[in-house]
Amino acid sequence: MRKSLVVALLVLGLAATAGAQSGTVLLNAAGATFPYPIYSKWFDVYHTAHSDVQINYQSIGSGGGIRQLLAGTVDFGASDGPMTDDQLAQAKVKILHFPTVLGAVVLTYNVAGISGDLNFTQKAIAGIYLGTITKWNDPEIAKANPGVSLPSTDIVVVHRSDGSGTSYIFTDFLSKASADWKSKIGNGTSVNWPVGLGGKGNEGVTGLVKQTPGSIGYVELIYALSNNIPYGKVQNASGKFLKADLAGVTAAAAAAAKDMPDDFRVSITNAPGAAAYPISSFTWLLIPAQISDATKRDAIKGFLKWMLDDGQGYNESLSYAKLPKPVIDKEKKAIALVQ
Amino acid sequence: MSTTATTMDRAAPRHVGGPRSFVERLRDGDEIAHVITLIFASVILLITSMLVYELWVNSHLSRAQFGWHFFWTQTWDPIFDHFGAAPFIYGTLVTSIVSLIIAVPLGLAAAVFLAELAPRNLSDSIAFLIDLLAAVPSVIYGLLGIFIVVPVMRTTIGPILINTIGNVPIVGKFFKGPNYGVGFLTASIVLAIMIVPFIISVSREVLLTVPREQREAALAMGATRWESTWKVVIPWARTGIMGSIFLALARALGETMAVTMVIGNDPKIRESLFAPGYTIAAVIANEFTEATGDLYLSALIELGLVLFLMTFILNGLARILIVATERGGGHP
Repeated sequence: MRKSLVVALLVLGLAATAGAQSGTVLLNAAGATFPYPIYSKWFDVYHTAHSDVQINYQSIGSGGGIRQLLAGTVDFGASDGPMTDDQLAQAKVKILHFPTVLGAVVLTYNVAGISGDLNFTQKAIAGIYLGTITKWNDPEIAKANPGVSLPSTDIVVVHRSDGSGTSYIFTDFLSKASADWKSKIGNGTSVNWPVGLGGKGNEGVTGLVKQTPGSIGYVELIYALSNNIPYGKVQNASGKFLKADLAGVTAAAAAAAKDMPDDFRVSITNAPGAAAYPISSFTWLLIPAQISDATKRDAIKGFLKWMLDDGQGYNESLSYAKLPKPVIDKEKKAIALVQ
Repeated sequence: MSTTATTMDRAAPRHVGGPRSFVERLRDGDEIAHVITLIFASVILLITSMLVYELWVNSHLSRAQFGWHFFWTQTWDPIFDHFGAAPFIYGTLVTSIVSLIIAVPLGLAAAVFLAELAPRNLSDSIAFLIDLLAAVPSVIYGLLGIFIVVPVMRTTIGPILINTIGNVPIVGKFFKGPNYGVGFLTASIVLAIMIVPFIISVSREVLLTVPREQREAALAMGATRWESTWKVVIPWARTGIMGSIFLALARALGETMAVTMVIGNDPKIRESLFAPGYTIAAVIANEFTEATGDLYLSALIELGLVLFLMTFILNGLARILIVATERGGGHP
């Protein structure tokens, strides 16, 4: 009795997988958590329109995405930071980077008596996170905020404790803002923070900042927008103080697009241009350049084309910044490299 | 095969005049039960050794690079690939020990009340609630920590402790500011709240198993209720109570989510209990998913090995302690 049940289940299972194989292409992908909301929306909409392609995405983090891609356990990966040369050298086949959406990081703070937006120079942000600026009324902060009476309280620095693309973008910006940061700390998803408390996730950082008087922290722009978290203005490369919004992020990408390298591995923090918000970044899909399975290859290429045209239309409803047109055009040409 | 021998001994009265055949034993179910339970018991052994093996093999890069220095290096720098476990070992030990200091007296007193003094109905209904508390997921305790313990620590308990114990000569250095609300002490308090149900629940059960005659004998000798509890019942149940404490310690050592939400996640060794710190379990949970470099990953896995080692050593110490107390004359 029990045996026959097992056999029946096995037969059913085999039939189900066989059916899936003949009817639809199943693609497995894994990686970054930051773009997960837009990716799952895209994969869902794409599956509705093309019922023969199903993409299964696991948001296990950029590091995990890269590892699984290198191990060959997924069809493609996704990452908030571009792969390093070392990682690319480990890959069995060439890996191509395709920017999908843009992200940005904003500074949120909790200072008694301050209700408006504070201005932060790049030197001030680097100083605060290096631990060299410790008081709210430090001249470096005060000179950018004329007419604001800043308290003499200590600054409590808050950063992410979990490895994250948000930290990657922020430390990438700090490395450009300060030579000291670049040489002593560097940039990555987790770094050796000189000062401060660690909060787990955007919600952990926000929670600590809300509760701790005199604190400052950084969070993902989308998280700040969807939760109505107030945030300050950051000085960009041309000296202007900008409040982050989707247009400013796209402007940063457009400024960087002019000298976009052919492999799309580019940092757009501190991009030139008066309208460019300085703490922005692409997030990438990592696609192998050689895919032996023709149906999978066509499915991936089909999805990439769709993502660059129709897919971008879904971005702003989910608070992701659109890719600028020159980048889209360049990526469309790069799709042909997938063989 | 000592088990087979006992099986034969037990069966002896029915089969006088020689051992039973294998078929006979099989028919009785003894052999089958023996094999099945043996397999299940070996699975535990297999899982444990596979765990150690995996941790050992996958931490190879880090062990080769840092050697014993890993234990006392205080830097944790994923960018420049320099890793040391000292701040995490320190944080794990401090939070576990402080949480036990808070939880043991609390849990033991509650267990004594429930087992010895409270009416049986009240005791049973409270015990039910305590078992419920033990089953609450740790993230819920973490939220409790963030929304209640952290603000109270920052505004009330912290300043009070800093202004009182903080001025005492030797102990005072553990209670110095600055006080952010998050840190070792907050994590220890949240951990204590989490492990108290374990201590109460297990200790109460153990105290209830102390034979009635033990108490009656003490009372008959003219002891008061309290004397009979303190001098007879608790010593009798000592081994079980120790067991409950070590169960609690095991949970405190490995707790991840609730700790990372309230400890401040800063890998530094600091004297003050108000300072932010980090634990082994918390850093693994935080950094594993995004760890890209091979050495980085290997160092995180070695941290797992260190935590396993710590649990192993502490459990060993617990055994020794239990054996020692038994020799000291706990059980009759």
